[in-house]
Amino acid sequence: MADRSPAPDTPELRARWGSFAFTEAYKVKADRHIAKYPEGRQKSAVMPLLDLAQRQVGEETGTQGWLPLPVIEYVAAYLDMPVIRVLEVATFYFMYNMRPVGKHHVQVCGTTPCMLRGSDALFETCKARGMKKGHVSEDGLWTLTEVECMGNCATAPMAQINDDNYEDLTPERLDAVLDALAAGEQPKAGTQEPGRHTSEPYGGVTTLKEMVDENHDYRSEW
Amino acid sequence: MPKVTVDGLEIEVPDGATVLQACELAGKEIPRFCYHERLSIAGNCRMCLVEVKPGPPKPQASCALPATDGQEIRTDTEMVKTAREGVMEFLLINHPLDCPICDQGGECDLQDQSMYYGRGATRYRMNKRAVTEKYMGPLIKTIMTRCIHCTRCVRFSEEIAGVDEIGAVGRGEDMQITTYLEQAAEHELSANVIDLCPVGALTSRPYAFEARPWELKKTLSIDVSDAVGANITLYSKGREVMRALPRINDAVNEEWLSDKGRYQVDGLMRRRLDKVYMRRDGKLQAAGWDEAFTAIAEAVAGDKGSIAAIAGDLVDCETMFAAKALLRACGSNLLEGRQTGMAYDVSNLAAVNFNSSFAGIEEADAILIVGSHVRWEAPLVNVRLRKAAKRGAKIFIVGPAWDTTYPAEFIGTDLAILNELPSHIAETFEKAERPAVIVGGAGLKNAHGKALALAAGWGAAFNVLHMSASRMGGLMLGYAQKGGIADIAEAKPKVLLSLGADETDYASFADSLKVYVGHHGDAGAHAADIILPAASYAEKDGTYVNTEGRVQFAEKAVFAPGDAREDWTILRALADALGVEVGFDSFGELQSAMIAEVPALGEEGLADYGALPEADKNTRAEGEISAYPVRDFYLTNPIARASEVMQRCSSELLHAGELQEAAE
Repeated sequence: MADRSPAPDTPELRARWGSFAFTEAYKVKADRHIAKYPEGRQKSAVMPLLDLAQRQVGEETGTQGWLPLPVIEYVAAYLDMPVIRVLEVATFYFMYNMRPVGKHHVQVCGTTPCMLRGSDALFETCKARGMKKGHVSEDGLWTLTEVECMGNCATAPMAQINDDNYEDLTPERLDAVLDALAAGEQPKAGTQEPGRHTSEPYGGVTTLKEMVDENHDYRSEW
Repeated sequence: MPKVTVDGLEIEVPDGATVLQACELAGKEIPRFCYHERLSIAGNCRMCLVEVKPGPPKPQASCALPATDGQEIRTDTEMVKTAREGVMEFLLINHPLDCPICDQGGECDLQDQSMYYGRGATRYRMNKRAVTEKYMGPLIKTIMTRCIHCTRCVRFSEEIAGVDEIGAVGRGEDMQITTYLEQAAEHELSANVIDLCPVGALTSRPYAFEARPWELKKTLSIDVSDAVGANITLYSKGREVMRALPRINDAVNEEWLSDKGRYQVDGLMRRRLDKVYMRRDGKLQAAGWDEAFTAIAEAVAGDKGSIAAIAGDLVDCETMFAAKALLRACGSNLLEGRQTGMAYDVSNLAAVNFNSSFAGIEEADAILIVGSHVRWEAPLVNVRLRKAAKRGAKIFIVGPAWDTTYPAEFIGTDLAILNELPSHIAETFEKAERPAVIVGGAGLKNAHGKALALAAGWGAAFNVLHMSASRMGGLMLGYAQKGGIADIAEAKPKVLLSLGADETDYASFADSLKVYVGHHGDAGAHAADIILPAASYAEKDGTYVNTEGRVQFAEKAVFAPGDAREDWTILRALADALGVEVGFDSFGELQSAMIAEVPALGEEGLADYGALPEADKNTRAEGEISAYPVRDFYLTNPIARASEVMQRCSSELLHAGELQEAAE
């Protein structure tokens, strides 16, 4: 598992992020999340707010974003809750990055279904491109992380890169995706298998066939 | 009232009880680590597995399962036994098994339960996890590799102490218990997590490697660091008190103890007065008992009645009664215990008592605090107030702001606000069903009468929160002059007996022979002309009355050092030197005489002070509360001031970052 300890609390970190505050646009979004909960329960919005903070940090640094300690403290103050409670949440969930990441955060699933479908080869592909698990590549473009199941077992193996999932990967397809991202393009998200739309079976549906074209009421057949 | 069957025994359990509690009621012991009666249920250690029908065909965590009618619970089946063994095996996978070098050894839940419920030997052959130590302040020593993630410490600081500072960061195998950025745990109850920790992850830093539990003598005692009278056990080895731990008493301290009460005991071995001293040529020099007694007798020769006594904050009732008897025999009634010059009316003791009782204040739904920094003056009462606030009580405080651990409104420092309370506050109290008023040391002087009137008007419980362990006992024994200590000074006594009084201003007694009967070389001893070394609370039997009027008895744990004697024997000997009869020759006789005079002191439990006095509706409160009497929580009494641990707490927790200047 990746190192989830926060980046060290150094004077440089304080200098860079000490004055972090939500921009107007982010503040609007943050307050919308807080408004979802009853008065006095603003703490419930901690997860979306951490996400927003991470995204704003990402915008400022041209990366996927991460959560420096001063930013975590800002979110805690914003929600009027103890900072240790926010840190608990931030270190618990993998979608919060505790260390700086590259522009594209390549999270390759290494759990059993993906592994059986060839995720080891995906890691090789990444390694061949100079990525190292848990590190930002020298050009600042990539960070590779091995993650646990992302719930795409039907289209294994998969990788999540920033906000998009890329499924049914082979080394060549992953290379193509990464090439496109490096070139600044946005490759098609989802399955990379030609002719497949989402996670339906290969070679067409095998059950609920009548449902393909129109809605069908199966109840009379039960 | 659901009826359940535990191992074939049918019992009825209260509504809302859990299966674990049902098993306890049936007399079955259920092993547990994360479950604690006074904390919320976490259900994460899985040690309390039992078999329950109806339900899934697998063992269930009994601590988090409500008991329902008709349940059949088994705690003695093969499945339960195997399940416990399995859980224990998992817990021990990442536990270092370093019991021989662990301070928890001998009083460790994990050690005990692995003996009872674990497998005989390990099957684990791989590497164990190791976790770095976390700094948690001068009181808590951490060895985090031993942590089994029960989260009791996290729940305690969040729920009881109200200071969210301990948390579990990371997840799964990487989960670690820590404070934010390893800052010290900064509250007055922080060391209670040491008691709560079922393993040796959080242990006592000052007590590290000092003793094993089985070599310590336990003595039941009462904490004198504040007026709460927390029940404690003193653990002593030889002549030294090694540590103090809380005893369970739901009416007083539940099972907590303030850090001061727990850690001031190392002060019992420092700066002790262990010889008789007399001031000669302006300097205190060692002397003999006879010399000292002769000097005192000479000072009052011809005018025996010119003798006064001031009781300190830590003395027991017996000492105060012995001094009172001595003074009475001499023909004097100059007794005072309110060292700092307070002179509130004590003609009715109910008016200076915490009448709600500590357990009762939890039920209050509106509380007005006048001039009390409750967190420092009585941390364990603050815990009760937090409970009340959690139940919905509205709390208003008159006085300078302090960091409450619950929502409270500070309504200014000017006492005049009590004359005309803002409408929302007045309305709250008028509507409240169980309102309460608490007057602290800073409010007693100028707002006592007004607070009484307010309480009477609202039908509220009236409470006074004292700070010294001897206060209520002293007042019951008549240690109060109408004008306070100023009356004593005015009487210009030839001899002033100071019973461990260290907060008194002795400048107003310049002409008196000041005899300090006490145990620590503190302010009182510095000002004294004669020092008679006496015993601290750990070194004598004694009765204490806490601020709610609860009479409690403490036992002697160790002998006083050097020439020091128990206070009453000194006063008895002094009676002979002065040629008067006090009427007792043994501690038993002294106690009987005391109880004969004040019967309430002979009965453990709440003393009855009768009804509150008629309040004068036209009194007005005036003046400003500029500060609270307690300036430094860790240094309020001579024992604490002598304690290295308390000094360290004070400098690290309260005065951290202040520039230390060399004394010129």
